[in-house]
Amino acid sequence: MDEKDLELLRILEENSRLSAEEVATMTSLTPAEVEARVCALEAAQVIKGYSTVVNWEKAGNGEVSAIIELKVSPERDYGYDRIAERLSRFRQVKTLRLMTGTYDLQLLVTGKNMQEVSRFVSEHVAPMDRIRETATHIIMKSYKENGNVLFEESEPERLPYSP
Amino acid sequence: MRNFVSKRAEQIPPSGIRKFFDLVLTMEDVISLGVGEPDFRTPWNICESSIYSIEQGTTHYTSNKGLQPLRDALSQYLARHYNLRYSADEEMIITTGVSEGLDIAVRAITDPGDEILVAQPSYVSYTPCVALAGGKPVPVRCTEKDHFKLNPDTLAEKITRKSKALIINFPNNPTGGVMTESDLKGISDLITDHDLLLISDEVYSELTYETKHCAAATVGDLWERTITLNGFSKAYAMTGWRIGYLCAPKELLDAALKIHQYVMLCAPIMGQVGALEALKSAEEDKNRMVNEYRLRRNMFVAGLNRIGLPCHVPDGAFYAFPSVKETGLSDTDFAERLLKEHRVAVVPGSVFGAGGVDHLRCAYAVSRKDLNTALGRMEEFIKTL
Repeated sequence: MDEKDLELLRILEENSRLSAEEVATMTSLTPAEVEARVCALEAAQVIKGYSTVVNWEKAGNGEVSAIIELKVSPERDYGYDRIAERLSRFRQVKTLRLMTGTYDLQLLVTGKNMQEVSRFVSEHVAPMDRIRETATHIIMKSYKENGNVLFEESEPERLPYSP
Repeated sequence: MRNFVSKRAEQIPPSGIRKFFDLVLTMEDVISLGVGEPDFRTPWNICESSIYSIEQGTTHYTSNKGLQPLRDALSQYLARHYNLRYSADEEMIITTGVSEGLDIAVRAITDPGDEILVAQPSYVSYTPCVALAGGKPVPVRCTEKDHFKLNPDTLAEKITRKSKALIINFPNNPTGGVMTESDLKGISDLITDHDLLLISDEVYSELTYETKHCAAATVGDLWERTITLNGFSKAYAMTGWRIGYLCAPKELLDAALKIHQYVMLCAPIMGQVGALEALKSAEEDKNRMVNEYRLRRNMFVAGLNRIGLPCHVPDGAFYAFPSVKETGLSDTDFAERLLKEHRVAVVPGSVFGAGGVDHLRCAYAVSRKDLNTALGRMEEFIKTL
């Protein structure tokens, strides 16, 4: 991992759809070098995948998302790892983090509607061993996701020429 | 009725980009590479602190020199980043943009008939400012062969007994050229030996890519004979806030301060509050913007060279300055036809004085997508020639 790799990661994190040619001219590498470096980063699992930031509200699919806080009794020798990995395998769990503070695990869960989310929590998450308490917070509206604002922003107005 | 317009005002030539400005307003779908300002929004923490201060009623005059906390922060910032030592109390004025700083600096030092050397190509206001102050602007040409640095031999040729000062601007608008410490050492002896004053406009100091900016006043014995101008416009995307600063040894500063207090009183307080916040918390935002300019520069300059517009790699600012000589068109004709026929706005290099002829100033402070589209349109145009 060198400075060029870090630069590639920053560029791709912002827009993973750029072609190798485009990235090459920006970084003064050849397209082949870009490809090789990206392959190596993928192999090392530094790059874990490529995804798209979607404004689902605008897309109108009506999905519901919720943040779920879990209080969990840690396991001897494993701490939170085994239960977190178990929860991670559910398709509905989009994000899962271990937190400091009043609760332990934080899940971002999505479902077609409120019923689906609550069923998932009550049938799959809450009854799991070692989970002591759950608190479900439905997301009402999202304004910013992963650094991208989701509300409309006008382009700053600039004069066509300025010296 | 007699003609009330003064001879001084009358003598100022009309702006070289006015014609293009009028033309572009009649057109649609134009990609403008003619804008000498960042395309980013001002970082929100800066805006927010200024909005809050207005809500709190911070809407009055400041002292002539500017808000004390801003000058204190600036003094520390300059020392830390550029090893540039100026006292917040006695050697610094917050100005209404670098434009005002330039004007009061020139007026503070110019007597009628003084020759003021201006390294060119240069920002368009230097020579009119000198003329308005009653001085005689003397262009000193920087060439592509020297990567648009100021060559000591060329400077030496232009120095006469009447020479009083030299105005430089590195990183440079319009060429993107920079002067490293050793480059500046090359001209510092000439400046000292001929007892000249140096006005150094360093407004692009934060926008350097391969080298770290060297402040002219830190080189040799230049500090005591240098007026340093800088501002927040380019580094923090704050052009409309109009906040610059002038730093100089006390005697020079006091002279400039007299003019400042009568013509400007003080820089706008909202802008000063925003500038203070910029120094406190916008370092990371600035670095991100600078990094993005660097990526765009790499992409755009490679593109220009590929389509047949030879261009040196600019080390600073956000301008590329390719040559159009090989196309057989003058820079003005090239720019006019490129705008009319292919809807890309650039500024002909001759607008920026000596050494600008046969070049175009293309600002890459636009999105990568627009830069790519512009390159495509420019390539199409060149194929028709």
